[in-house]
Parts: sequence; C-alpha cells; structure tokens
Amino acid sequence: MFTRWLKVVATLMLFASWPAHALLTIEITGGSEAALPIAVVPFGNEGFAPPEDISSIISNDLKSSGRFAPLKQSELISQPHEGQQVNFADWRLLRSEGLLIGKVSSQDGENYQVQFQLFDVYKSQQLVGKRYNVPASGMRTLAHQIADIVYETLTGEKGVFSTRLAFVTEMKNADGSKRYALQISDADGANPRTVLQSRQPIMSPSWAPDDNRLAYVTFENAKSEIFVQELSTGKRQSVASFRGLNSAPAWSPDGKKLAVTLSKNGNPEIYVLELSSGKLSRVTHNSQAIDTEAVWMPNGREILFTSDRGGRPQIYKVNADGGRAERLTFEGNYNASADISPDGRMMTMVHGVNGKFHIAVQDLETGAVQVLTETRADESPSFAPNGRMILYATEQKGRGVLAAVSVDGRIKQRLGESGSAVREPAWSPFKK
Amino acid sequence: MKKLKLFAVLVPLLWLAACSSTPNKGMNEGDVAVEDLSAQTSGVDGQGNADGSEYGSETQVVVGEDGYDGNELNDPSNPLSNRVVYFEYDSANVRQEDQVTLRAHAAYLAKHPNVTVRLEGHTDERGSREYNLALGERRALSIRQILMLQGADMSQFQVTSFGEERPAVDGSDDYAWSQNRRVEIVYLGR
Repeated sequence: MFTRWLKVVATLMLFASWPAHALLTIEITGGSEAALPIAVVPFGNEGFAPPEDISSIISNDLKSSGRFAPLKQSELISQPHEGQQVNFADWRLLRSEGLLIGKVSSQDGENYQVQFQLFDVYKSQQLVGKRYNVPASGMRTLAHQIADIVYETLTGEKGVFSTRLAFVTEMKNADGSKRYALQISDADGANPRTVLQSRQPIMSPSWAPDDNRLAYVTFENAKSEIFVQELSTGKRQSVASFRGLNSAPAWSPDGKKLAVTLSKNGNPEIYVLELSSGKLSRVTHNSQAIDTEAVWMPNGREILFTSDRGGRPQIYKVNADGGRAERLTFEGNYNASADISPDGRMMTMVHGVNGKFHIAVQDLETGAVQVLTETRADESPSFAPNGRMILYATEQKGRGVLAAVSVDGRIKQRLGESGSAVREPAWSPFKK
Repeated sequence: MKKLKLFAVLVPLLWLAACSSTPNKGMNEGDVAVEDLSAQTSGVDGQGNADGSEYGSETQVVVGEDGYDGNELNDPSNPLSNRVVYFEYDSANVRQEDQVTLRAHAAYLAKHPNVTVRLEGHTDERGSREYNLALGERRALSIRQILMLQGADMSQFQVTSFGEERPAVDGSDDYAWSQNRRVEIVYLGR
C-alpha cells in the first residue's frame, strides 16, 4: 500500500511539473438533417504502418463540420484504395454522394507517400486526386489538409480543419495554487502545445491576421499588461503597461494596430495602438462608463465595443478614429464580447437574460437576434475563419470547457478535455 | 486515460491534505512582505514563461523601522482587521454595513501617511471577463474615493483589478459569487 502511494505521489509530482495539456476531443451533441452522406474508406497501407489513421482524422473533421454524414465503417460495401477498384453502382445503393479513397506507403517508417481520390458517385467521376510525400510527423497536418480539400470541393467554401485554436487553461497544483497556460491546438483540439505559462492569470488571446502572432493579457507584473508574442520564435514584447487597466487587445485587419482598453486617464476607454510607432489614439470619451472589448469590422474603419454607458453592458459601434458611438444591441439586458463574421454581416456576442449568459448572433443589417445556446455560463465567442461555426467557452460539471455551435444553431460540438479547466478560446485566421 | 482519472481524484485529496496542515495565515509581527516581481522569460520553440512571483490575497504587514505600529492592524476586534469589502452583482456601490470598516481604514491611513495599501478589485464569474476586469477596477476606485473623502491621501493607494480571474471561493453558486464580488485592502507598508 505504502509503495503504491509513493508511486502515486511520484506520478503526481511529475504531472504537477508538466504544462497543462488540454486533450480536446470533439463530440457532436446536435445533428443536422442536411448533412451530405459521404463514404470515407479506410486508406490502404503498404510497408510500414502510418503513425496516424489518416482516413479517420478526415472522417472526424468532415463530421465535426456538421455538413457531412460519413458512413459507418460497417456500412462500407467494399474497401477500394485506387480508382480502378471502385464500383460506383455499389456506392449509389448506399446513397453516398461522395466517395473518398486513398493509400499510404512507406519504405522506412519515416517518410510516407500518401495519395487520395475523391469521387462524385452519381456522376461516376473523380473530382480531385493528389499525391504527397510527407514525414511521419506531418501526417496529421496532411490529413487536415485533405479534409479541407474534400470540404471545399463538395461545398464550395473553404474548410477550417487546418486552422488552430488558442485558449487559456487553468490547473490546480497539489498545494492548491493555480497555474495558467496559453495553449494552441489544431482545430480539432488535438496536438495542444503551451506557448506561455504563468502563475498569474492569462486573458484574452487574440490572433493577428498573419496567423503567427498572438496578443494577450497577463498579470505577471502584478497588474494587467498586454503582450504580443510571435509563435514561430516565442519572442514576446510588452506593448501596453500603463497605469490602470491594459486589456482586451484586438488586431486591426491589416495587422498593424491593436485596439485596446486602457484606464490610464482614470476610466476604461478604447484606444488604438499603432504597433510600429507605439502611437496611441483615443477612440471613446465617456468618463462615467466602462468601454471595453473592442473588435474591428473587416473594413478596418469601424470598431465595435462593449459599454455600460446606457446603464447595462451593450454593444456599440464607433469609427476607429473616434466620433459618436451608435448602440447596436437592444434585446436582453446584457450584451457583451462581440465578434464579427469574416464577411462583416453577422455579430456574435454573449447575450444575458435573467442572469443566464448564452451565445447569440445578430444580423448586422436587419438587427435580428438568434440565441444559439441553452447553457447558462457561455462566454468568449469567436468565429471560425470561414464564418460557419462559433467557438465559445462554457461550463460542464462546474469546469470550463470549449464548445462550438454553427451560426444557424443546428450543429453543436463539445470539445471534451481532461486535466485542466479551459476557457477564452480564439479561432485562428486561415493559414497564410 | 486511467492515470488521468486517478489524477483528477487524487489532486483535490492531496490539496485538501496540504491545506489542513498549513498553519493559519495570520499576520506575524516582524514579517516583511517581499515582492519579487522578476519575470523569467525564455523563448525556446515558441515557449515562454511568465512566472511573476505569487502575491495577492494574503495580508502582508510591514512593521517596524518606518515607525507604524502593527498591533492596531493585528487586533482581531478592531474593524481594521476586516480587509475585504463585498458588493452586489454588477455594482460598485459600497454597502452600509461596510462603512465602519472603511471609516477605520481611512482614519488609520490618515494617521499614518507613510502607509500605502493596494486595493484589489474582483468580481464574480458571471458575464464577460473583460467587462468584469473593468468592473473590478471600478469597485477598487469606489473604495479609494471613500477612503480619500475620509482623509486618506491619493498617494497612499495602488489600484489593481483581477476581474473574475482570482476568485476567493471556487464554485458557481450564490455563496461563491457573493464572496468573489469584493475589494481586498492589502497593506503594503511604505
């Protein structure tokens, strides 16, 4: 018994010294009748076995989008790996519109050759086919790329399977103290890696349009402070450390400026910080109200922000060079944390009704609001770069988890995890 | 996977054990609060570290050379021993029952102009984190204003907000929320 405890303690100490790992996995909690049936046949294999099951990664990606319904493996009539082995009549019987086949081969277990072919079953024709040479370590990335090609070929829209998520984790040490980490993972939650850890809270990660820099808020110097970190090098720089609040960074669409919240003049106001010069220009002037959570419209000329100037937090729009702010939200007594779809048409926000906080979308042209979630502690909504899904933070059994919902509310995903509380997700832009 | 589950069960257990064996975090005369704010950063493989030293909710009292007497602050029957002021939801208004506490702190600060305090504003977890960060600051500023109206000087204050990031009580119920909507008055010495 005693030695067993020692072992457990040793394991714990090992874990305690590790950076928190999020181990996210996607489950679909809601369905979609409109999902397109597709057969993803397990890829054939010659020589060394691949380190990743490519076809199941692709199948999971497609399924997670809610726009595809991959057939179950048991439903697959045959398992072709090359075009000449395909009998289209079989697949028509299964009502599968798309058919994806492929194979993986390796002579040495280090480098792999991967090929895939996507067919339109009803037209009996190949839509796309490609061949790749890839090291074992690149297999997962390649699987996401293939899923993106399949998605775009069949829907006409760009897929987001090769994009990334940033989020903050909180882990309790054995002594009760907490550790915080800023992590990024693949879009399916796999492959989480820590880019920053701290014993003080980390907040508000925001992706630069170049997909290589994150702005965020830390408390490592005993107060809120905004940093910009380059992911490829790990280099980081404090860009705002004024007296008072330094928070809520948001990148301008050209990647040259950050909209930030500063209270250096006594009250939280929105400022625009030009990164190359450090020049600050003040956007809001309302000395009684909290103005925070700026987000840029894709046109780069306007900024949305949260303000309680009307008594309760609501979302307003203002020109990036200042001027009069216009209130955008009127439904519900609490609207905050806006994010804008890439086409600039939809806004998502935290929508509070009777002390419950849901994710909602508002059509910016008509003003129509649709509440997308039923859970009560939802926050930090972030659009996928193709505008199809909204990633957000919620609570499950008292712990922070990430979830995603489609903009029409029909598809819901939960990114399950173990080991740490997860929050403040931000979906990356498309790869540059 | 199994390991992870075991881990999830054992950490809270060990944590509880650690808590019960920790001596009460009282204030000892002569203890000197040292804030080591050195931040280590490294930039290997895209990894950074931001480990500012722990500081925070424990009360830290400096006594001695600069000439103020810690006894008054340490007396549990003195209203000065109360260092936390609580708030209603989404409000920065001070409640009637906290006036006695705040009067005592204002009088103490007025009498000891070399003493400085940090006012740490906090909120409960509901709603936007960024809005809550601003709300925490608003609460701390509202306490500062009251203490200044009653004789303390602007130079005696540091104001900071942690929003909902450092709850006093973990949990998502009315009790936890009521404990987390607070301003902590942290004496720093001079």
